[in-house]
Amino acid sequence: MKGDHHVILRVVAKALIPVIAIYGFYVHFHGEYSPGGGFQAGVILAVSVILYSLIFGIAPAMRAITPGFARFIAGLGFIIYIGVGVWALAMGGNFLDYDALFREEPGGHLGQHTGIIVIEIGVLFAVAGSMVTIFYAFAGRVSEIRDEDW
Amino acid sequence: MIEFISSLVPTNLAAHAPALLVVAPMFLAPIAAFMPNGRLAWILSILATGFSLVMAIVLLSQVRSIDEGAIISYAMGGWTPDAGIEFRIDSLNAMVLLLVSAIGFLAAIFSWPSVAAEIRDAKRAMFYAAYLVCFTGLTGVASTGDAFNLFVFLEISSIATYVLVALGARRDRRALPAAGNYLLMGTIGASFFVVGVGFLYAATGTLNMAELAVRLQAVPDSKAVFAGYAFIVVGLGIKAAMFPLHQWLPNAYAYSPSFVTMFLAATATKVAIYALVRFLFTVFGLEFSFEGSTLIWILMPMGIAAMIACSFQAVFQTDVRRTLAYSSVAQVGYMLLGISIGTAAGVSAGMFHLVNHALIKGALFMALAGVVLSYQGTSLNDLKGLGRSSPWTMTAFAIGAVSLIGVPLTAGFQSKYALVNALFEHGWWWAVAVVMFSSLLAVVYMGRILEAVFFRTPSNPNKRRQEAPLIILIPLWILALGNIWVGVQGGFVAGLADDAAAALFIGGAS
Repeated sequence: MKGDHHVILRVVAKALIPVIAIYGFYVHFHGEYSPGGGFQAGVILAVSVILYSLIFGIAPAMRAITPGFARFIAGLGFIIYIGVGVWALAMGGNFLDYDALFREEPGGHLGQHTGIIVIEIGVLFAVAGSMVTIFYAFAGRVSEIRDEDW
Repeated sequence: MIEFISSLVPTNLAAHAPALLVVAPMFLAPIAAFMPNGRLAWILSILATGFSLVMAIVLLSQVRSIDEGAIISYAMGGWTPDAGIEFRIDSLNAMVLLLVSAIGFLAAIFSWPSVAAEIRDAKRAMFYAAYLVCFTGLTGVASTGDAFNLFVFLEISSIATYVLVALGARRDRRALPAAGNYLLMGTIGASFFVVGVGFLYAATGTLNMAELAVRLQAVPDSKAVFAGYAFIVVGLGIKAAMFPLHQWLPNAYAYSPSFVTMFLAATATKVAIYALVRFLFTVFGLEFSFEGSTLIWILMPMGIAAMIACSFQAVFQTDVRRTLAYSSVAQVGYMLLGISIGTAAGVSAGMFHLVNHALIKGALFMALAGVVLSYQGTSLNDLKGLGRSSPWTMTAFAIGAVSLIGVPLTAGFQSKYALVNALFEHGWWWAVAVVMFSSLLAVVYMGRILEAVFFRTPSNPNKRRQEAPLIILIPLWILALGNIWVGVQGGFVAGLADDAAAALFIGGAS
C-alpha cells in the first residue's frame, strides 16, 4: 500500500464503524432510562454508514446498504410507528393509546412498555433510513451537464 | 345525504373519526411508496382520500347534531388535554376538513392520466406517497387543537409539497428554482410560526389552543405575547400567500405538475388561512386581535392591495397558469378583507369565499390539466381555438371562469355578494367599490382567456388536440356543476360558513 495517504483514516475508521453502530444501539435501548432513544440512535446508526462511504467511497457503501434498502427501512419504520397506533385503535382504544394494546386491567404496564419500545424501533428505522437516503441523494448525484460542457 | 352516509358508518369507526381521517392517508402513504407500479399507488391514494372524505362527512354530521354546533374532542394516545395532543373538531374544522378531503378525493381520481404523462414511471409510486403525505399534513392542520402539533402537520404538508412541485422538472426545468424558492419561503414561514408558538408557550405554559385562549386573558399586556402574535401572523401569512409575502406562489403553481397545481391551489393556502383565522379568533380572541392591536391596519390594506395589484399582474401574464396563480393571490385578498371586518358576517363571507374559491380554482386548474395532457402548452397562444376541439373541457373551464368573475348563478357571485353585504353592514362602502373594481379586472383577465379559447382560430392547426379523457372530465364536471349548484342554491355552503363563523365567535368568548 505504498503511496496510500489515507491508511490511518482507513484503519481508524474500520475500527470505529462497528463501535459507532453498537453505540447507536446502546443509545437506543438505554433510552428508556436515560437521555436517548430512537431518533438519536437512528442518526448515530446512519453516521456509521455515512462515515464508511466518506472513507471508502460512495459506491462500496451503496453496495453494502443499497439505496433501495435504505428507503425500505425508512418506510418500514413509518409503518411500524403508525401500526402501533392502528393496533391500539383495533383493540378499542384511542390512536396510540398503549394501555389499550393488550386490554389490560388498570395498573398494568405491559402495554406501556411494549408500545414505547415498538414505537422507538419504528423511529430508529425511519430516522436511520431517511438519513442514509438523504445522504445518498446528495452524494450520489451525478451532474447532468459535464464539467467540460460549461 | 350527509346523515345517510354517516348512518352507514359503524359507530366504533365513527367514534374514532377525527383520528382515522388523518391516520388512513398517513398509513397508506408508506405502503403506496412500496407499490411496484404507479397504478396501484394511484388506487391506494383514491382509497385513502375517499376514506378520509367519508370520515369528514361523519364528523360534519356529528358537529351538526346539535344546533349550536358540537365540539368533538379526541385525546391522542388517551392523554387528555392539556397534557396530551387533542384533536378538536368544531364547525370550522369540519368545514375545512370536508373541503380538503373532497378536493383531495376528486384530485386523486383525476390524477392518473396527468401523472402518467408528466412523471417518470419509476417515480410514480413515490409521487403518490408524497401526495398522501401532503394530504395527511393538510387534514392534520385542519383537525388538531394543539399549537405545536399544528406546526408539525404544517411542515409535513409543506415538505411533501416542495417535493411535489420539484417533480414538475420533467416538463419544465423552471420547476426546480420554483420549488427551491418555495422551500426557502415556506421554511421561513414555518420558523416564524414556531418561534411565535414558543413565545406563547413561554407566556402561558400550555400549547393546547383552547387552554391558550383562556390563559392569554391573564397576560394581556405581555411583550412576549405581542411578539408571538406578530411572529404567528407573519409566519402563517407566508404560508397563506398574504399579499407582500406571496412571491413564492406564482412560480410554484406555474411549473409544478398540473395535478399538483390543481390540488395546491384548491387546498394548501386555504388550510393556512384556516390556521390564521383559528389563531386570530380562537387563540388570541377578538378583542386582542382587532381592538387591542392594529391588525385591522394590516389585514385589510394587504387584502385590498392583493385584490388590485395581483389582479393587474394577472392581466399581463402570457401563461394561463400564471394568470390563475396571480388571481389566486387576489382571491386570498378577498378572504382576508372579509376576515378583517371582524364581524360574524364578514368572517362568514370570507369562509364562504374560501370554499367557493377552492371549487373555482379546482375546476380551472383541472381543465388546464386536461389541456396540457393532449396539447402540451398553457400559454395564451396555445389555448386559441381549444373551445372547438375540446368543448366539454373548455365549457367546464368557462363555468369556472365566470364563477371566478362573479357572474350571478355561480358560486363566485354568492360569496362576493355575501362579502359586499358584510362590508355595507360595517359601513366600509369604499371597500365595496374596490371589490367591484377587482371583479372588473377579473373580467379582463379571464375574458382574455375565454376570448382566445372560444373565438380565435388555432395558432398551430396541425398540432394534435383532443378532449380530455373521461376520468378527468367526470371530476372536472363535478366541480363545475358544484359551482353552479352553490350559485343557484348556496344554502348548504353558506350555512357551513355561517356555522363556522359562529363557532369562532362563541369559541373566542368561552
